[in-house]
Amino acid sequence: MGNYILKRALLALPTLLVVSMVTFFVIELPPGDFLTSYVAQLRASGDYLDQVQIDKLRERYGLDRPVYERYYKWMAGIARGDFGYSLEWKKPVRELIGDRVLLTLILTATTMLATWLVAIPIGVLSATKQYSFADHLTTTFGFIGLGTPGFLLALVVMFLAYRYLGSNVSGFFSPDFQNATWSWARIVDLLKHLWLPVLVLGVNGTAGLIRTMRANLLDELHKPYVETARAKGLRERRLLWKYPVRLALNPFVSSAGWMLPQLFSGATIVSVVLSLPTVGQMLLRSLQSQDMYLAGSLLLVISVLTILGTFVSDIALGLMDPRIRF
Amino acid sequence: MVAEQRVPQDRAGEPQGTDSEPLGEEKIYVASQWQLMWWRFRKHKPAMIAVVAIIILYGVAIFAEFFSMVEPEQTNVTRILTSPTRIHFYDPEKGFSLRPFVYGIERDRDPVTLRYSYAEDRAVIYPLRFFVRGFEYKLWGLRRASLQSLHFMGFDVQGGEAYLFGTDRLGRDVYSRIVHSARISLSIGIVGVFLSLILGILLGGMSGYFGGWVDLLIQRVIEFIRSIPTIPLWMALAAAVPQDWPPQRVYFSITILLSLIAWTGLARVVRGRFLSLREEDFVMAARLAGSNELRIILRHMVPSFLSHIIASITLSIPRMILSETSLSFLGLGLRPPVISWGVMLRDAQNVQAVSLSPWLLLPGLIIVITVLAFNFMGDGLRDAADPYAR
Repeated sequence: MGNYILKRALLALPTLLVVSMVTFFVIELPPGDFLTSYVAQLRASGDYLDQVQIDKLRERYGLDRPVYERYYKWMAGIARGDFGYSLEWKKPVRELIGDRVLLTLILTATTMLATWLVAIPIGVLSATKQYSFADHLTTTFGFIGLGTPGFLLALVVMFLAYRYLGSNVSGFFSPDFQNATWSWARIVDLLKHLWLPVLVLGVNGTAGLIRTMRANLLDELHKPYVETARAKGLRERRLLWKYPVRLALNPFVSSAGWMLPQLFSGATIVSVVLSLPTVGQMLLRSLQSQDMYLAGSLLLVISVLTILGTFVSDIALGLMDPRIRF
Repeated sequence: MVAEQRVPQDRAGEPQGTDSEPLGEEKIYVASQWQLMWWRFRKHKPAMIAVVAIIILYGVAIFAEFFSMVEPEQTNVTRILTSPTRIHFYDPEKGFSLRPFVYGIERDRDPVTLRYSYAEDRAVIYPLRFFVRGFEYKLWGLRRASLQSLHFMGFDVQGGEAYLFGTDRLGRDVYSRIVHSARISLSIGIVGVFLSLILGILLGGMSGYFGGWVDLLIQRVIEFIRSIPTIPLWMALAAAVPQDWPPQRVYFSITILLSLIAWTGLARVVRGRFLSLREEDFVMAARLAGSNELRIILRHMVPSFLSHIIASITLSIPRMILSETSLSFLGLGLRPPVISWGVMLRDAQNVQAVSLSPWLLLPGLIIVITVLAFNFMGDGLRDAADPYAR
């Protein structure tokens, strides 16, 4: 087991390195850099910077160095905990992303939990009562859930909430709790606002999970050992949960790791629509303004979280399934 | 026993046909792989309905100018944010009319909010005619084709106007815009999937067939690409597309971007199939009979997994369409004057505006229908292609 963990860890490290390089390269792709868009902004508002000043700024921010030097400086800084300086917000990147990473993690983890808690029982119900009304209902819901893009659902839910609940339900906190320190009341307030994003994010994943769960369980239920157990007198409910469901769950744990990138993607779009202060939303803004260090750090944070997540899920799979041992 | 001429029968007593006219059960034995697939596919009702829906969608997209009622870019300051025009068959004065008609539109200004409101002007009636002459267009923008002006629906009197899905905040007809966006959104789906198919089959095939370090390398690359969340990656790549590129170039670069990330799914499927097929007996037999490798791949292995590839492709198209829609919605995809459903949904981002004009969300409904149709069809194809399905 330890061997397995070590092997996965060794695989994860070079992946992280390559991810950081690709991230930096991607940020460098747009022509021009932050200064060009900054100067353009100033010009549009009537201000003016002459060439000497621009060159000085360029030197000061280190934007005239070759690519590999900048990348090395950036990575060295990250190793020290310094993520660079956001040229747009005029603050160190670390201050900006700290709180947002926490909120993003909370959103993603809650969605994952809610998805599993909802999808598995419904999937089991759908498989055991095949072709019943409940089954058809869940299948239809599943299809609609799969077909609706995340942002569209966010728009529709926002519209319905606005029309029928009257309030503007965007954001994670009410205005009073926005910048407060963490307290029990703040957590309760967060939960009150969290249901909407979790609902929107989770529908897609839940629909897919229900379908997969139903298909897997249907496969398992027709196997001989189930008939044997029934013949031997094991009660239906105990039989169901002790054996086939466990086996049907197996593909889930292995695919849970891959759920993470999808969740982060979905969270990005949904948080842009619902204006939630998450990592994804900030990423969009920083990309639009070519704020290099901020965008790069955010992309790196997202990728690192994803890789860590898949690493953890691989370990979990190894623990659960004794057949997987390298 | 008197030898008599009788119809040969099999054990179950069913009549058996001759070689030239198989009938009943025997038809199944001599049917080709594609015929079997088609028969199984036919039984899947939702899939058949989906196929009809897709044919309609693509038909409308191909002949977009024919189906639209007004020019999609034509703004009309006097018709901002009108609600969808209702089509009537019954007028209290004139009685029932077989031909559908619409009333005229009159505009009032609310004295308190100073907002325009639109109401039906019952005095004026415009009968809705089909296959009328309307605004001129060039079919598919070809210069050599003569100017056409035939439209599916319209009016032959001056001043007739009907906005089936309402208008947006510049007075543009939402229905006509949806019809024109269908062309862009649906074609990106096909072109993007085609590109990722080429990449996927090539790399997946190499990976599965050669094995060894080629397989290992390609697998690592695939895993790496899949471990980065797609939307942030797209956003970063799409932000790299310069602002001043012409719309066609933007269209192609977006398509290529989407394919560069989407090929991994197809590659994995292809690789899996190749790996399992490599060990099959018929491959060994072909090798012993003296075929060279290329012939084995093309003549023997490819037909075996072609049906699965088709099912995977059909399921990838809606993903591609959704990706392009999401990107355009964020503002990082296609830019005006090219319109797609995602671009249209950008107008619906403001929740206050949408609660006043919910018809702006209609492109979303069309997206859902398209994605559902493709998913059903793909499911049907996958079930039909799987030889082990019950």
